[in-house]
Amino acid sequence: MDTILETAFTINGESITRRIPVRQNLVDFLREEMGLTGTHIGCEHGVCGACTVRVDGKIVRGCLMLAVQAEGRNVETIEGLSDSGEIADLQDAFHKRNALQCGFCTPGMLLTVQDLAMRNPQATREQIREHISGNYCRCTGYQAIVDAVETVLTARTLG
Amino acid sequence: MKAPPFAYARARHLSDVFELLDRHGDGAKLLAGGQSLMPALNMRLSAPQVLIDISRLHEHAYIKVENGHVHIGALTTHAQISDSAEIRKYLPLLADAAQHIAHPAIRNSGTFGGSLAMADPAAEWPACCVTLDAQIGLASKAGRRRVAARDFFEGLYATAMKPNEVLTDVVIPIPGADYRHAFLELARRRGDYAIVGVAALAKVSGSALNELRLTYLGINEKPLVATKTSQVFVFKGFSEEALEEAQNVLASELDPSADLYSAAATKLHLAQVLTARAMKQLFA
Repeated sequence: MDTILETAFTINGESITRRIPVRQNLVDFLREEMGLTGTHIGCEHGVCGACTVRVDGKIVRGCLMLAVQAEGRNVETIEGLSDSGEIADLQDAFHKRNALQCGFCTPGMLLTVQDLAMRNPQATREQIREHISGNYCRCTGYQAIVDAVETVLTARTLG
Repeated sequence: MKAPPFAYARARHLSDVFELLDRHGDGAKLLAGGQSLMPALNMRLSAPQVLIDISRLHEHAYIKVENGHVHIGALTTHAQISDSAEIRKYLPLLADAAQHIAHPAIRNSGTFGGSLAMADPAAEWPACCVTLDAQIGLASKAGRRRVAARDFFEGLYATAMKPNEVLTDVVIPIPGADYRHAFLELARRRGDYAIVGVAALAKVSGSALNELRLTYLGINEKPLVATKTSQVFVFKGFSEEALEEAQNVLASELDPSADLYSAAATKLHLAQVLTARAMKQLFA
Protein backbone atom coordinates (compact mmCIF):
# COMPACT_ATOMS: atom_id res chain seq x y z
CA MET A 1 0.00 0.00 0.00
CA ASP A 2 1.71 3.17 -1.15
CA THR A 3 1.17 6.90 -1.29
CA ILE A 4 4.49 7.54 -3.07
CA LEU A 5 5.83 5.04 -5.54
CA GLU A 6 9.13 4.80 -7.36
CA THR A 7 8.17 4.67 -11.01
CA ALA A 8 10.31 4.05 -14.08
CA PHE A 9 9.16 4.76 -17.59
CA THR A 10 10.12 6.38 -20.86
CA ILE A 11 9.18 9.92 -21.86
CA ASN A 12 9.89 10.89 -25.46
CA GLY A 13 12.61 8.24 -25.65
CA GLU A 14 14.30 9.18 -22.38
CA SER A 15 14.21 6.70 -19.47
CA ILE A 16 13.35 8.27 -16.15
CA THR A 17 12.87 7.04 -12.60
CA ARG A 18 11.08 9.22 -10.06
CA ARG A 19 9.33 8.93 -6.74
CA ILE A 20 5.79 9.98 -7.62
CA PRO A 21 2.82 10.68 -5.33
CA VAL A 22 0.22 8.09 -6.35
CA ARG A 23 -2.58 10.63 -6.69
CA GLN A 24 -0.69 12.72 -9.26
CA ASN A 25 -2.17 12.57 -12.77
CA LEU A 26 0.18 11.87 -15.65
CA VAL A 27 -0.41 15.30 -17.16
CA ASP A 28 0.46 17.07 -13.88
CA PHE A 29 3.63 15.01 -13.58
CA LEU A 30 4.67 15.84 -17.16
CA ARG A 31 4.09 19.54 -16.64
CA GLU A 32 5.20 20.05 -13.03
CA GLU A 33 8.03 17.56 -12.67
CA MET A 34 9.35 17.21 -16.23
CA GLY A 35 8.68 20.77 -17.44
CA LEU A 36 6.86 19.43 -20.48
CA THR A 37 4.20 22.12 -20.56
CA GLY A 38 3.13 21.48 -24.15
CA THR A 39 0.50 19.06 -22.86
CA HIS A 40 -2.29 21.24 -21.51
CA ILE A 41 -4.75 20.83 -18.68
CA GLY A 42 -8.31 21.84 -19.45
CA CYS A 43 -11.29 20.21 -17.84
CA GLU A 44 -9.52 17.54 -15.77
CA HIS A 45 -12.32 15.07 -16.30
CA GLY A 46 -11.69 13.68 -19.74
CA VAL A 47 -13.99 15.86 -21.80
CA CYS A 48 -11.84 18.50 -23.53
CA GLY A 49 -8.88 16.52 -24.92
CA ALA A 50 -6.26 19.21 -24.19
CA CYS A 51 -4.20 16.70 -22.16
CA THR A 52 -3.99 14.04 -24.89
CA VAL A 53 -0.69 12.10 -24.85
CA ARG A 54 0.43 8.85 -26.44
CA VAL A 55 1.12 5.82 -24.24
CA ASP A 56 2.53 2.69 -25.89
CA GLY A 57 1.47 4.12 -29.24
CA LYS A 58 -2.14 4.85 -28.27
CA ILE A 59 -3.66 8.23 -27.48
CA VAL A 60 -5.06 8.58 -23.97
CA ARG A 61 -6.25 11.31 -21.63
CA GLY A 62 -3.35 12.50 -19.47
CA CYS A 63 -5.81 13.69 -16.81
CA LEU A 64 -7.46 10.25 -16.48
CA MET A 65 -4.28 8.28 -15.90
CA LEU A 66 -2.15 8.30 -12.78
CA ALA A 67 1.53 8.99 -13.40
CA VAL A 68 2.42 5.79 -11.48
CA GLN A 69 0.37 3.82 -14.02
CA ALA A 70 3.00 4.75 -16.61
CA GLU A 71 5.40 2.25 -14.94
CA GLY A 72 7.32 0.43 -17.70
CA ARG A 73 5.45 2.19 -20.47
CA ASN A 74 6.41 4.50 -23.30
CA VAL A 75 4.91 7.98 -22.98
CA GLU A 76 5.10 10.46 -25.86
CA THR A 77 4.06 14.10 -25.68
CA ILE A 78 3.71 16.93 -28.16
CA GLU A 79 7.35 17.83 -27.47
CA GLY A 80 8.47 14.36 -28.60
CA LEU A 81 6.31 14.28 -31.72
CA SER A 82 7.38 17.81 -32.57
CA ASP A 83 11.12 17.27 -32.07
CA SER A 84 11.18 14.05 -34.07
CA GLY A 85 9.56 15.75 -37.06
CA GLU A 86 6.77 13.15 -37.06
CA ILE A 87 4.06 15.79 -37.32
CA ALA A 88 5.96 18.59 -39.04
CA ASP A 89 3.58 18.53 -42.01
CA LEU A 90 0.54 18.71 -39.72
CA GLN A 91 2.01 21.64 -37.79
CA ASP A 92 2.76 23.41 -41.05
CA ALA A 93 -0.77 22.81 -42.38
CA PHE A 94 -2.35 24.02 -39.11
CA HIS A 95 -0.29 27.21 -39.45
CA LYS A 96 -1.09 27.78 -43.12
CA ARG A 97 -4.81 27.06 -42.75
CA ASN A 98 -5.27 29.08 -39.56
CA ALA A 99 -6.34 25.93 -37.78
CA LEU A 100 -5.54 27.53 -34.44
CA GLN A 101 -6.12 30.86 -32.82
CA CYS A 102 -5.35 30.74 -29.10
CA GLY A 103 -3.54 27.40 -29.51
CA PHE A 104 -4.72 25.89 -26.23
CA CYS A 105 -6.27 22.81 -27.88
CA THR A 106 -3.58 22.46 -30.55
CA PRO A 107 -1.16 19.98 -28.89
CA GLY A 108 -4.00 17.58 -28.04
CA MET A 109 -5.56 18.13 -31.44
CA LEU A 110 -2.27 17.32 -33.21
CA LEU A 111 -1.80 14.10 -31.21
CA THR A 112 -5.35 13.07 -32.08
CA VAL A 113 -5.17 13.81 -35.80
CA GLN A 114 -1.79 12.08 -36.08
CA ASP A 115 -3.48 9.04 -34.51
CA LEU A 116 -6.16 9.23 -37.21
CA ALA A 117 -3.56 9.63 -39.96
CA MET A 118 -1.84 6.44 -38.79
CA ARG A 119 -5.04 4.42 -38.37
CA ASN A 120 -7.05 5.67 -41.31
CA PRO A 121 -4.95 7.59 -43.85
CA GLN A 122 -7.88 7.80 -46.26
CA ALA A 123 -10.26 9.35 -43.71
CA THR A 124 -13.13 11.46 -45.05
CA ARG A 125 -14.02 14.88 -43.63
CA GLU A 126 -16.81 13.18 -41.67
CA GLN A 127 -14.33 10.68 -40.21
CA ILE A 128 -11.92 13.49 -39.34
CA ARG A 129 -14.72 15.23 -37.44
CA GLU A 130 -15.58 11.98 -35.71
CA HIS A 131 -11.99 11.40 -34.62
CA ILE A 132 -11.55 14.90 -33.19
CA SER A 133 -14.97 14.86 -31.50
CA GLY A 134 -13.26 14.48 -28.12
CA ASN A 135 -10.99 17.49 -28.60
CA TYR A 136 -12.65 20.82 -27.95
CA CYS A 137 -11.58 23.94 -29.83
CA ARG A 138 -13.36 27.10 -28.76
CA CYS A 139 -11.82 29.38 -31.43
CA THR A 140 -11.85 27.96 -34.92
CA GLY A 141 -15.22 26.32 -35.35
CA TYR A 142 -13.25 23.24 -36.50
CA GLN A 143 -13.64 23.98 -40.21
CA ALA A 144 -10.01 25.10 -40.62
CA ILE A 145 -8.79 22.14 -38.56
CA VAL A 146 -10.63 19.68 -40.80
CA ASP A 147 -9.21 21.54 -43.84
CA ALA A 148 -5.65 21.25 -42.50
CA VAL A 149 -5.99 17.55 -41.66
CA GLU A 150 -7.57 16.77 -45.03
CA THR A 151 -4.70 18.56 -46.79
CA VAL A 152 -2.10 16.53 -44.92
CA LEU A 153 -3.87 13.19 -45.42
CA THR A 154 -4.06 13.85 -49.15
CA ALA A 155 -0.43 14.96 -49.34
CA ARG A 156 0.79 11.95 -47.34
CA THR A 157 -1.22 9.54 -49.49
CA LEU A 158 0.16 11.07 -52.69
CA GLY A 159 3.65 11.64 -51.28
CA MET B 1 -9.71 19.74 -9.46
CA LYS B 2 -7.29 17.12 -8.23
CA ALA B 3 -8.12 13.77 -6.71
CA PRO B 4 -8.29 13.56 -2.91
CA PRO B 5 -5.50 11.56 -1.22
CA PHE B 6 -5.67 7.79 -1.42
CA ALA B 7 -3.34 4.83 -1.10
CA TYR B 8 -2.55 2.76 -4.17
CA ALA B 9 -1.96 -0.93 -4.70
CA ARG B 10 -1.11 -2.54 -8.00
CA ALA B 11 -2.62 -6.02 -8.31
CA ARG B 12 -0.54 -8.71 -10.04
CA HIS B 13 -3.09 -11.51 -9.76
CA LEU B 14 -6.79 -11.84 -9.13
CA SER B 15 -5.91 -13.29 -5.71
CA ASP B 16 -4.25 -9.94 -4.79
CA VAL B 17 -7.52 -8.21 -5.60
CA PHE B 18 -9.56 -10.56 -3.37
CA GLU B 19 -7.06 -10.05 -0.57
CA LEU B 20 -7.16 -6.26 -0.84
CA LEU B 21 -10.96 -6.15 -1.14
CA ASP B 22 -11.27 -8.31 1.96
CA ARG B 23 -8.89 -6.10 3.87
CA HIS B 24 -10.29 -2.71 2.84
CA GLY B 25 -13.95 -3.44 2.17
CA ASP B 26 -16.01 -0.41 1.18
CA GLY B 27 -12.97 1.86 1.47
CA ALA B 28 -11.46 0.34 -1.68
CA LYS B 29 -12.23 0.98 -5.35
CA LEU B 30 -11.04 -0.99 -8.35
CA LEU B 31 -9.22 1.03 -10.99
CA ALA B 32 -9.62 -0.60 -14.42
CA GLY B 33 -9.60 1.76 -17.42
CA GLY B 34 -10.28 4.71 -15.13
CA GLN B 35 -12.45 6.59 -17.60
CA SER B 36 -15.32 6.94 -15.11
CA LEU B 37 -13.48 6.55 -11.80
CA MET B 38 -10.74 9.09 -12.54
CA PRO B 39 -13.19 11.88 -13.44
CA ALA B 40 -15.15 11.06 -10.27
CA LEU B 41 -11.92 11.31 -8.24
CA ASN B 42 -10.83 14.52 -9.94
CA MET B 43 -14.23 16.06 -9.25
CA ARG B 44 -14.10 14.69 -5.71
CA LEU B 45 -17.35 12.83 -6.14
CA SER B 46 -15.55 9.73 -4.91
CA ALA B 47 -13.01 9.48 -2.10
CA PRO B 48 -11.81 5.90 -1.67
CA GLN B 49 -9.13 5.16 0.90
CA VAL B 50 -7.46 2.67 -1.41
CA LEU B 51 -7.31 2.34 -5.18
CA ILE B 52 -6.67 -1.21 -6.34
CA ASP B 53 -5.17 -0.92 -9.80
CA ILE B 54 -6.29 -3.98 -11.79
CA SER B 55 -5.26 -2.57 -15.17
CA ARG B 56 -2.16 -4.80 -15.33
CA LEU B 57 -4.12 -8.06 -15.18
CA HIS B 58 -3.58 -8.41 -18.91
CA GLU B 59 -4.82 -12.00 -19.00
CA HIS B 60 -8.32 -10.57 -18.47
CA ALA B 61 -8.26 -8.64 -21.76
CA TYR B 62 -9.39 -11.05 -24.49
CA ILE B 63 -12.07 -11.85 -27.04
CA LYS B 64 -12.53 -15.60 -27.66
CA VAL B 65 -15.08 -17.49 -29.73
CA GLU B 66 -15.94 -20.94 -28.36
CA ASN B 67 -18.89 -23.30 -28.80
CA GLY B 68 -21.32 -20.74 -30.13
CA HIS B 69 -20.41 -18.11 -27.55
CA VAL B 70 -18.19 -15.07 -27.48
CA HIS B 71 -16.16 -14.70 -24.28
CA ILE B 72 -15.01 -11.18 -23.47
CA GLY B 73 -12.54 -10.53 -20.65
CA ALA B 74 -13.49 -7.71 -18.31
CA LEU B 75 -10.39 -5.65 -19.12
CA THR B 76 -10.96 -5.70 -22.89
CA THR B 77 -11.05 -2.06 -23.98
CA HIS B 78 -13.82 -0.43 -26.00
CA ALA B 79 -11.27 0.06 -28.80
CA GLN B 80 -10.37 -3.66 -28.82
CA ILE B 81 -14.06 -4.52 -29.21
CA SER B 82 -14.53 -1.85 -31.86
CA ASP B 83 -11.51 -3.11 -33.85
CA SER B 84 -12.22 -6.84 -33.46
CA ALA B 85 -13.06 -8.75 -36.65
CA GLU B 86 -14.64 -11.49 -34.52
CA ILE B 87 -16.97 -9.04 -32.78
CA ARG B 88 -17.92 -7.52 -36.15
CA LYS B 89 -18.68 -11.00 -37.47
CA TYR B 90 -20.43 -12.63 -34.50
CA LEU B 91 -21.79 -9.73 -32.42
CA PRO B 92 -22.22 -6.80 -34.83
CA LEU B 93 -24.55 -5.14 -32.30
CA LEU B 94 -21.49 -4.55 -30.07
CA ALA B 95 -19.41 -3.31 -33.00
CA ASP B 96 -22.10 -0.73 -33.86
CA ALA B 97 -22.62 0.30 -30.24
CA ALA B 98 -18.86 0.83 -29.73
CA GLN B 99 -18.94 3.70 -32.22
CA HIS B 100 -21.15 5.65 -29.79
CA ILE B 101 -18.85 5.28 -26.80
CA ALA B 102 -17.09 8.56 -26.09
CA HIS B 103 -14.02 9.35 -28.21
CA PRO B 104 -10.93 7.49 -29.50
CA ALA B 105 -8.67 8.39 -26.56
CA ILE B 106 -11.34 7.27 -24.06
CA ARG B 107 -12.05 4.06 -25.98
CA ASN B 108 -8.35 3.17 -25.83
CA SER B 109 -8.48 3.06 -22.02
CA GLY B 110 -12.05 2.37 -20.92
CA THR B 111 -12.97 -1.27 -20.42
CA PHE B 112 -15.99 -3.47 -21.14
CA GLY B 113 -16.12 -4.85 -17.60
CA GLY B 114 -15.59 -1.43 -16.06
CA SER B 115 -18.57 -0.04 -17.91
CA LEU B 116 -20.80 -2.94 -16.83
CA ALA B 117 -19.69 -2.71 -13.19
CA MET B 118 -20.26 1.05 -13.25
CA ALA B 119 -23.83 0.55 -14.56
CA ASP B 120 -24.29 4.09 -15.82
CA PRO B 121 -27.87 4.40 -17.08
CA ALA B 122 -26.68 6.16 -20.26
CA ALA B 123 -24.02 3.54 -21.08
CA GLU B 124 -24.17 1.36 -24.19
CA TRP B 125 -22.76 -1.97 -22.97
CA PRO B 126 -25.38 -2.69 -20.27
CA ALA B 127 -28.26 -2.37 -22.77
CA CYS B 128 -26.37 -4.49 -25.33
CA CYS B 129 -25.66 -7.22 -22.77
CA VAL B 130 -29.32 -7.35 -21.73
CA THR B 131 -30.47 -7.56 -25.36
CA LEU B 132 -27.93 -10.29 -26.18
CA ASP B 133 -28.79 -12.32 -23.07
CA ALA B 134 -25.22 -12.13 -21.79
CA GLN B 135 -24.01 -13.93 -18.68
CA ILE B 136 -21.78 -11.86 -16.45
CA GLY B 137 -18.96 -13.62 -14.59
CA LEU B 138 -18.18 -12.60 -11.02
CA ALA B 139 -15.44 -13.88 -8.77
CA SER B 140 -14.50 -13.58 -5.12
CA LYS B 141 -12.46 -15.55 -2.66
CA ALA B 142 -15.55 -17.71 -2.12
CA GLY B 143 -15.64 -18.76 -5.79
CA ARG B 144 -17.14 -17.87 -9.10
CA ARG B 145 -20.70 -17.35 -10.25
CA ARG B 146 -22.59 -16.13 -13.29
CA VAL B 147 -25.48 -13.69 -13.33
CA ALA B 148 -27.74 -13.07 -16.33
CA ALA B 149 -27.36 -9.49 -17.56
CA ARG B 150 -31.11 -8.90 -17.12
CA ASP B 151 -30.71 -9.62 -13.38
CA PHE B 152 -27.32 -7.95 -13.00
CA PHE B 153 -28.42 -4.32 -13.36
CA GLU B 154 -30.44 -3.33 -10.32
CA GLY B 155 -30.63 0.45 -10.47
CA LEU B 156 -28.68 3.66 -10.75
CA TYR B 157 -24.99 2.59 -10.60
CA ALA B 158 -26.26 -0.48 -8.72
CA THR B 159 -25.60 -4.08 -9.69
CA ALA B 160 -25.88 -7.59 -8.26
CA MET B 161 -22.15 -7.54 -7.45
CA LYS B 162 -21.22 -7.95 -3.81
CA PRO B 163 -18.61 -5.57 -2.37
CA ASN B 164 -15.98 -8.34 -2.32
CA GLU B 165 -16.62 -9.46 -5.90
CA VAL B 166 -14.79 -8.67 -9.12
CA LEU B 167 -16.37 -8.73 -12.58
CA THR B 168 -14.13 -11.10 -14.56
CA ASP B 169 -15.74 -11.81 -17.93
CA VAL B 170 -18.88 -11.86 -20.03
CA VAL B 171 -20.20 -14.76 -22.09
CA ILE B 172 -22.55 -13.93 -24.93
CA PRO B 173 -24.42 -16.49 -27.05
CA ILE B 174 -23.90 -15.85 -30.77
CA PRO B 175 -27.28 -15.13 -32.37
CA GLY B 176 -28.13 -17.39 -35.33
CA ALA B 177 -27.79 -16.36 -38.96
CA ASP B 178 -31.47 -15.36 -39.10
CA TYR B 179 -31.03 -12.65 -36.45
CA ARG B 180 -30.69 -8.99 -37.32
CA HIS B 181 -29.67 -6.13 -35.11
CA ALA B 182 -29.84 -2.37 -34.77
CA PHE B 183 -28.12 -0.04 -32.34
CA LEU B 184 -29.20 3.58 -32.42
CA GLU B 185 -28.47 6.44 -30.07
CA LEU B 186 -29.12 10.15 -29.84
CA ALA B 187 -26.65 12.43 -28.06
CA ARG B 188 -26.15 16.19 -27.96
CA ARG B 189 -22.71 15.81 -29.51
CA ARG B 190 -20.92 12.87 -31.03
CA GLY B 191 -19.54 10.71 -28.24
CA ASP B 192 -21.46 12.56 -25.56
CA TYR B 193 -23.70 10.77 -23.04
CA ALA B 194 -26.77 9.23 -24.65
CA ILE B 195 -30.06 11.05 -24.26
CA VAL B 196 -31.78 7.89 -25.42
CA GLY B 197 -30.58 4.77 -27.18
CA VAL B 198 -31.96 1.42 -28.24
CA ALA B 199 -30.35 -1.97 -28.74
CA ALA B 200 -32.54 -4.20 -30.92
CA LEU B 201 -32.22 -7.86 -31.85
CA ALA B 202 -34.75 -9.63 -34.04
CA LYS B 203 -35.24 -13.07 -35.53
CA VAL B 204 -36.59 -12.48 -38.98
CA SER B 205 -37.85 -14.87 -41.64
CA GLY B 206 -39.12 -13.16 -44.76
CA SER B 207 -41.55 -10.48 -43.65
CA ALA B 208 -42.30 -12.25 -40.36
CA LEU B 209 -40.72 -11.35 -37.08
CA ASN B 210 -40.40 -14.36 -34.80
CA GLU B 211 -38.61 -12.74 -31.90
CA LEU B 212 -37.76 -9.20 -31.00
CA ARG B 213 -35.97 -7.65 -28.08
CA LEU B 214 -35.84 -3.87 -27.71
CA THR B 215 -33.72 -2.57 -24.83
CA TYR B 216 -33.60 1.15 -24.13
CA LEU B 217 -30.80 3.09 -22.44
CA GLY B 218 -30.87 6.57 -20.97
CA ILE B 219 -34.55 6.20 -20.09
CA ASN B 220 -34.53 4.97 -16.51
CA GLU B 221 -32.03 3.93 -13.89
CA LYS B 222 -31.20 0.69 -15.68
CA PRO B 223 -31.60 -0.84 -19.15
CA LEU B 224 -35.28 -1.24 -19.92
CA VAL B 225 -36.61 -4.15 -21.98
CA ALA B 226 -39.83 -3.11 -23.76
CA THR B 227 -41.54 -6.50 -23.91
CA LYS B 228 -45.05 -5.33 -24.82
CA THR B 229 -43.82 -3.01 -27.55
CA SER B 230 -41.78 -5.86 -29.01
CA GLN B 231 -44.83 -8.11 -28.97
CA VAL B 232 -46.79 -5.68 -31.15
CA PHE B 233 -44.27 -6.15 -33.94
CA VAL B 234 -44.07 -9.91 -33.39
CA PHE B 235 -47.85 -10.23 -33.76
CA LYS B 236 -48.34 -7.70 -36.53
CA GLY B 237 -45.05 -7.59 -38.39
CA PHE B 238 -43.70 -4.24 -39.45
CA SER B 239 -46.19 -1.81 -40.98
CA GLU B 240 -47.12 1.83 -40.47
CA GLU B 241 -50.13 0.64 -38.49
CA ALA B 242 -48.04 -1.64 -36.28
CA LEU B 243 -45.54 1.15 -35.75
CA GLU B 244 -48.25 3.56 -34.59
CA GLU B 245 -49.64 0.99 -32.18
CA ALA B 246 -46.17 0.09 -30.93
CA GLN B 247 -45.33 3.74 -30.27
CA ASN B 248 -48.51 4.06 -28.19
CA VAL B 249 -47.65 0.91 -26.26
CA LEU B 250 -44.11 2.24 -25.77
CA ALA B 251 -45.60 5.38 -24.19
CA SER B 252 -47.29 3.19 -21.57
CA GLU B 253 -44.29 0.94 -21.12
CA LEU B 254 -41.54 3.56 -20.74
CA ASP B 255 -41.66 6.02 -17.93
CA PRO B 256 -38.62 8.16 -18.69
CA SER B 257 -36.92 10.19 -16.00
CA ALA B 258 -36.03 13.74 -17.00
CA ASP B 259 -32.35 14.66 -16.83
CA LEU B 260 -30.51 17.98 -16.83
CA TYR B 261 -31.11 18.53 -20.52
CA SER B 262 -34.20 16.60 -21.59
CA ALA B 263 -37.74 16.51 -20.22
CA ALA B 264 -39.43 13.13 -19.80
CA ALA B 265 -41.75 13.90 -22.73
CA THR B 266 -38.75 14.68 -24.95
CA LYS B 267 -37.11 11.38 -24.03
CA LEU B 268 -40.28 9.44 -24.76
CA HIS B 269 -40.63 11.16 -28.12
CA LEU B 270 -37.01 10.43 -29.00
CA ALA B 271 -37.43 6.79 -27.94
CA GLN B 272 -40.42 6.53 -30.30
CA VAL B 273 -38.39 8.06 -33.12
CA LEU B 274 -35.51 5.64 -32.50
CA THR B 275 -37.94 2.71 -32.38
CA ALA B 276 -39.22 3.57 -35.85
CA ARG B 277 -35.66 3.90 -37.17
CA ALA B 278 -34.58 0.65 -35.56
CA MET B 279 -37.53 -1.26 -37.05
CA LYS B 280 -36.83 0.19 -40.50
CA GLN B 281 -33.22 -0.92 -40.18
CA LEU B 282 -34.23 -4.43 -39.08
CA PHE B 283 -36.50 -4.78 -42.11
CA ALA B 284 -34.26 -2.98 -44.60
